[in-house]
Amino acid sequence: MNARAQLLLELADDELILGWRNSEWTGIAPFLEEDVAFSSIAQNEIGHARALYELAAAELGTDADALAFDRSPEGYRCAPLVQLRLVPDWARTIARHVLYETADAIRIERLKEHDDAELAGIAAKIEREEVYHRLHAEMWLDRLGAEQRYADAVEELWPYALGVLSPELRPALAERVGREEIEAVERAAPGVEFAELWNEMTMVRRSAPAGAQW
Amino acid sequence: MIWEVFRQERKGQPFTHGGSFHAPDQAFADAYAREFYARRGESVALWVVPREAITTIEEFPDEFDLKYRRVDGYSIKARLKEARERASTAAP
Repeated sequence: MNARAQLLLELADDELILGWRNSEWTGIAPFLEEDVAFSSIAQNEIGHARALYELAAAELGTDADALAFDRSPEGYRCAPLVQLRLVPDWARTIARHVLYETADAIRIERLKEHDDAELAGIAAKIEREEVYHRLHAEMWLDRLGAEQRYADAVEELWPYALGVLSPELRPALAERVGREEIEAVERAAPGVEFAELWNEMTMVRRSAPAGAQW
Repeated sequence: MIWEVFRQERKGQPFTHGGSFHAPDQAFADAYAREFYARRGESVALWVVPREAITTIEEFPDEFDLKYRRVDGYSIKARLKEARERASTAAP
């Protein structure tokens, strides 16, 4: 697999798995309005994943659904940050949301400058929605930022957040978050928690009869 | 805190009441309004207003029945009928 497809899959896997994890709050978010809003953000992330998978699929000669659901768990390239199951801990969920959106902004800004017009174009499209995800993350940061449980969550998730970005982009993240760059939790073969998620996520697809059309 | 949302479906059209929801401050209200009333492209603009900023006026006394000031004017149907009857019965 070439570097371009690899990059697209990392991005798409991050967005799909984060969207899936955030959607675990649907029905149990702290209050009704937030339930709708956070579920909507989760759907947006999955929408971004679809667009990115489609670009990767064109290159790899397959389709977006096959990339999203037909790979084995070991094939996913998502960062460990998005794999963590954080329900029912809202402070940790918001800490991940803030850290991920901050990291993602850096990555998307970089991608918008890419020589490849297709990559730059999709980055610009994604960015127009991510602006509102960041506003949502920031308003929660204003609410929770001063609480100890939030500080503890950021402390715990910081090495994971660094792992979302390639090494050359990490100093920018450290600067925006106001923390020291430490050893990151790198992208690696997914663990047990991911295998459970994968099982749940692909169950319907795997049980569909051959040739089923969605 | 309760917020009221007014939405505009197309540019140039009047804003109509969309609904209401709870949110702790303007930032949350803006975010929620966006998700509830514009996510499906059903609005081109929103007004997001704290309910307490809205004054309700519903007392409009009209003790002397000044019907002629109302938009629908006052009904002349009965008077017209009366006049017609008078005209047909009146001596030439």
